[in-house]
Amino acid sequence: MADALPVAAPQSLTPGGVKQVGVPWRQRLADQLPAGVAVGRFVGALVVALIGFAVVLLLQGRSPIDAYANMFSVTLGTAFGRSEVVVKAIPLMLCALAVAVPARVGLVNVGGEGQLYIGAWLATGVALGFSGLPIWLLLPLMLIASIVGGGLWALFPAVLRAKGWLNETISTLLLNYVATLLVQFFVFGPWKDPKSANFPQSPQFVDAARLPTFGAERIHAGLIFALVAVVVLFFILRQTRWGFEMRAIGGNPEAARRAGIRISTYIIGALVVGGALAGIAGLGEVSAIQGRLVPSISPGYGFIGFLVSWLAGHNPLLVVVMALLLGVLTASGDSLQISQHLPFASVNLLMALTLVMVLVQRGRPAEATR
Amino acid sequence: MTWALALSFIQGVASGAIRSGTSIFYAALGEVIVQRAGIVNLGLEGCMLVGACAGFIVASQTGNPYIALLIAAIAGGVFNLVLGLLVITRRANQLASGLTLLFLAYGLTSILGADYVGKRINGLQQISIPFLSDIPIVGQVLFQGDILWFAMLPMSGFVWWLLYRTRWGLSLRTVGESRVVAYASGLNPRSLQYQALFVGGLLGGIGGAQLSLSYARVWVEQMTAGRGFIAVALVIFASWHPVRAIAGALLFGGAIAFQLQLQARNASVSPFLLDMLPYVLTIVVLLIWGRNRQYQMPQGLSSVFEGTD
Repeated sequence: MADALPVAAPQSLTPGGVKQVGVPWRQRLADQLPAGVAVGRFVGALVVALIGFAVVLLLQGRSPIDAYANMFSVTLGTAFGRSEVVVKAIPLMLCALAVAVPARVGLVNVGGEGQLYIGAWLATGVALGFSGLPIWLLLPLMLIASIVGGGLWALFPAVLRAKGWLNETISTLLLNYVATLLVQFFVFGPWKDPKSANFPQSPQFVDAARLPTFGAERIHAGLIFALVAVVVLFFILRQTRWGFEMRAIGGNPEAARRAGIRISTYIIGALVVGGALAGIAGLGEVSAIQGRLVPSISPGYGFIGFLVSWLAGHNPLLVVVMALLLGVLTASGDSLQISQHLPFASVNLLMALTLVMVLVQRGRPAEATR
Repeated sequence: MTWALALSFIQGVASGAIRSGTSIFYAALGEVIVQRAGIVNLGLEGCMLVGACAGFIVASQTGNPYIALLIAAIAGGVFNLVLGLLVITRRANQLASGLTLLFLAYGLTSILGADYVGKRINGLQQISIPFLSDIPIVGQVLFQGDILWFAMLPMSGFVWWLLYRTRWGLSLRTVGESRVVAYASGLNPRSLQYQALFVGGLLGGIGGAQLSLSYARVWVEQMTAGRGFIAVALVIFASWHPVRAIAGALLFGGAIAFQLQLQARNASVSPFLLDMLPYVLTIVVLLIWGRNRQYQMPQGLSSVFEGTD
């Protein structure tokens, strides 16, 4: 029975016994080749997810082989396709970090989407309000605005959580809806471009409000922000006292509190930093990709970033890898739409299946009572 | 004349509260059972979506909304078992697993429902109770509606009976308070949690199906629009009690109906700002009442909400 109590200590620990007897081969392999096994397990999860998605496609009367061939040739087969993967990976990295940093102190931030929208919204306000400024002043101001916007949108749930009044998961989730409605209100109302007849969108930004791009592709300076954030956070989380204390809180808040760590400061700090990062993602979308504020500024980057962070185990370096991988899937959503006549949201299934498999693998083996 | 206007406005809000609160009520009732067993199911939104989609497809294929309702409930229950695999068998993080299931539902229903966008169905019939529904003003609000509205009170009473008057309910609540204690007293916590998830999923599926079969009578991608999250919040507001969930559901249904009535009457407030009302109200209500409710929370949930699970 699965519920039986653990029968005996593992054989390898019994004194006098032969050491390797009874140790499963998988355990021995994991001891010797930890990185290889981790990669192998992840590839396994991905393959199972791809098969699961293929089954759903088959049931819908589509050819999975055609769909996969199309998805991967469109995204990875051409130079433009590959650049588009990076374009999608930029907001995904930032939104994943927005989840990863709070996760270190045990918080679940699902508000990346709303924080992105508010970052984009405030940056737009600066771009439209100070369009006469030179680029070296306007862009930094917009960057600050996006950081402040995303950070403020996370500050409210952070304070409520730090006070112990309201769980941050629920508040960040609900604020996503408020943020998207706020942006819609502005692009349908006060900021509507008088020149665009029926399109709800803000006026086109002046050139000084556009983030520079690299060459002819749409890859923009947001990539630098994202990579700098990855490296800085990697070192802060791993090398500094802050990182250590955050891990202490995430591991055992009660023990951390007794050790004199100011938990509420870390709760607020981690969530606000996360919100600010998602806000920067909003800046990239509005300033480099669209060049104006539109109602659907993000096709769910905040949510996909959540999956990225959990796939990466909240490790900033792995976030880069996973953001590129889900960047491929996000970019291929368009190809599913065009070649298979499937809705864009279908790729959610493939992404979620991958994370389901990873969570299944990563879960703790069940103890009898827990 | 203004009196008549005000009266029709109030009547509109009240009957709208019932129509849009019903789906939230069933979902919240299911979540009460699940949370009583020590699991926070943030995938409830996804469970509702699966119910809404399955119900619509079956109604479109068979033309019978009651078979559709049944299938929707089963679909919701089975969908919740996937969460069980993650959080019971594999002990993965509950909040993250729930959200993962939500994305799973987004993708799955957008594919399965793609061919049904824009189709029309025979929804659940509106039933009027003879004589009672002829009572002026109140009659049309209270004694007219679909079968799920009339089943609301009996259903919450039934769930109350299940939780508080049966051995199964006692076992379930024990598991929700402490798995260790439950195990030590000879219960099987994992099996009971799976059962709670399935029953909760049945109700979540019904809640979703109410949206597509009765409220909107169309299938739209992501049509639940956060109602599942509101239902989760509602469980805290209702302090994990099945009968109090009715009051909460009508309150939130009222908020949705209020802004719809204002929009229908061309109020000078932007519809986008009005649409914020239910979400903002949820946060405000949780802030005002949620704090005191923490003491009534099943013990097993506190580690989930505090992130120490």
